[in-house]
Amino acid sequence: MLEIDIEKRLRDFDLHLRLDVKRGQTLMLVGDNGCGKTTLLNLIAGLDRPDRGRIALEARALYDSELGIDVPPEARGIGYVFQSYALFPHMSVYDNIAFGLRARKTPKEEIDERVKRHLLEAGLWEIRRAKAADVSGGQKQRVALARALIIEPQLLLLDEPLSALDVRRQAAMRAELRETIRACGVPCIIVTHDLRDVTAMGDFACLLERGRVAMRGRPEDVATWGAGQE
Amino acid sequence: MTVDSNPAEDGSFRERGLADLMNQDHHGMQRAIPLPARSRDIALKAGLGLLLALAMSFIALPVLALFLRSPLSSIAEALHDPMVLDALRLSLTTSGLTTLVVVIMGTPIAYVSARFSYPGKELADSLIDLPVIMPPAVAGIALLMAFGRMGLAGHCLSSFGISIAFTTLAVILAQVFVSSPFYIRQARTSFEDVDVALENAARTLGASRMRTFFYVILPVAMNGLLSGAIMAFARSLGEFGATIMFAGNFQGRTQTMPLAIYTAMQGDLDVALCISIILVAFSFAVIVLVKILTRRVYKRC
Repeated sequence: MLEIDIEKRLRDFDLHLRLDVKRGQTLMLVGDNGCGKTTLLNLIAGLDRPDRGRIALEARALYDSELGIDVPPEARGIGYVFQSYALFPHMSVYDNIAFGLRARKTPKEEIDERVKRHLLEAGLWEIRRAKAADVSGGQKQRVALARALIIEPQLLLLDEPLSALDVRRQAAMRAELRETIRACGVPCIIVTHDLRDVTAMGDFACLLERGRVAMRGRPEDVATWGAGQE
Repeated sequence: MTVDSNPAEDGSFRERGLADLMNQDHHGMQRAIPLPARSRDIALKAGLGLLLALAMSFIALPVLALFLRSPLSSIAEALHDPMVLDALRLSLTTSGLTTLVVVIMGTPIAYVSARFSYPGKELADSLIDLPVIMPPAVAGIALLMAFGRMGLAGHCLSSFGISIAFTTLAVILAQVFVSSPFYIRQARTSFEDVDVALENAARTLGASRMRTFFYVILPVAMNGLLSGAIMAFARSLGEFGATIMFAGNFQGRTQTMPLAIYTAMQGDLDVALCISIILVAFSFAVIVLVKILTRRVYKRC
């Protein structure tokens, strides 16, 4: 389970959030631009530091201001898919996916075997040697997801995972993404602007407004929350 | 009422539309440039063309003159001149070492400058850029005042028996001083262009700061860094003012190619021309290399 209880002073407002996400559960985060969604993901991933509070994953503190704990991002074991995908443009699809395992000094045979499995599962085997900069939007999305999943994360964070795709690909990827996340069985937080994502992939949803949870409920209810989701 | 007014409005719209169309036609005819305007246009283009031709010949003529004034035989002969060989060897080794020092010291400085803010950053950035606008002769005097035997730091060093001024080390110091901004500025821009999301992605995937730097940031910024290093090398190769002030003009020890040209001018013009042509060839190679490298920039993904 992921437990979050943090505060951080942002430029225009204070972010103050208390959230729990259980194993296998997917939380959909919606809200206006600049309401603190991406900041929250960065705080959880350790890319940004809260002012105070506590973040714990499976009862292990990742950040605790009272105990002085602040685990660096490389040791948090969190799979993060960035909005722009942030694939390493100078590396091949294969090397992008193998990056996390190489950073962990995993033996080469094991890297080969695991990367191959992920490439095949994601339908990327044919393009494994292509430079990441040269593959299509949908393929980039799959590479980014496979790269995040191969490290067997204990938590998945996805920032607008479908926004860079055209509408037709979005529908197909939505179902695919949901299945992949379900198969992982870890807590997952997805930031989105799209109500279709919320109902198709979420177990529950939160509306963020100026750094606070303004509403929370079932994905089906989000449509009734009014204009806040835009 | 509304029904009545609509057709009227409609009509007026149509009329206006027609009038607009006619106006446009009228304008269209107006826009077709009348003869005096057309000749003015031609005159303007011809004037600009002439200006460009003048500017190009102003740069090309001296280069051409260099090649025309020095027959191949005399160049080949001059290449055996010990002074030319010494200067060539010294220039290449000092510029190479300078580039190495500038890259090793400048890369972390450029990265920190691109990514972090710290107290006094503005001042530090301005200091780094200062040698670009400082006249080289002033840089030479300044270096002498700092590292000369009586200089601020040189005084301490000389008490340990270390003397820098008028040695090959002084040549390198002068070159580092004047050429480092060329590398650091370019490297800073290249690092700024690397998407922060790439760094963040590498960190969350388990890479330490060092691994992220060497495996992600450095390769993505590499073309920019290389072209910066080439610019710094070229600047070192051409360095004259600071070197002659701080290192002197001793053949085989501090007499680099520009200094050798200056010395040869007082005796054998052919030798001066020969060295000049070698330097021009280097300059051309540098421009071509930098152009090729800066064209190959990684697409974001």
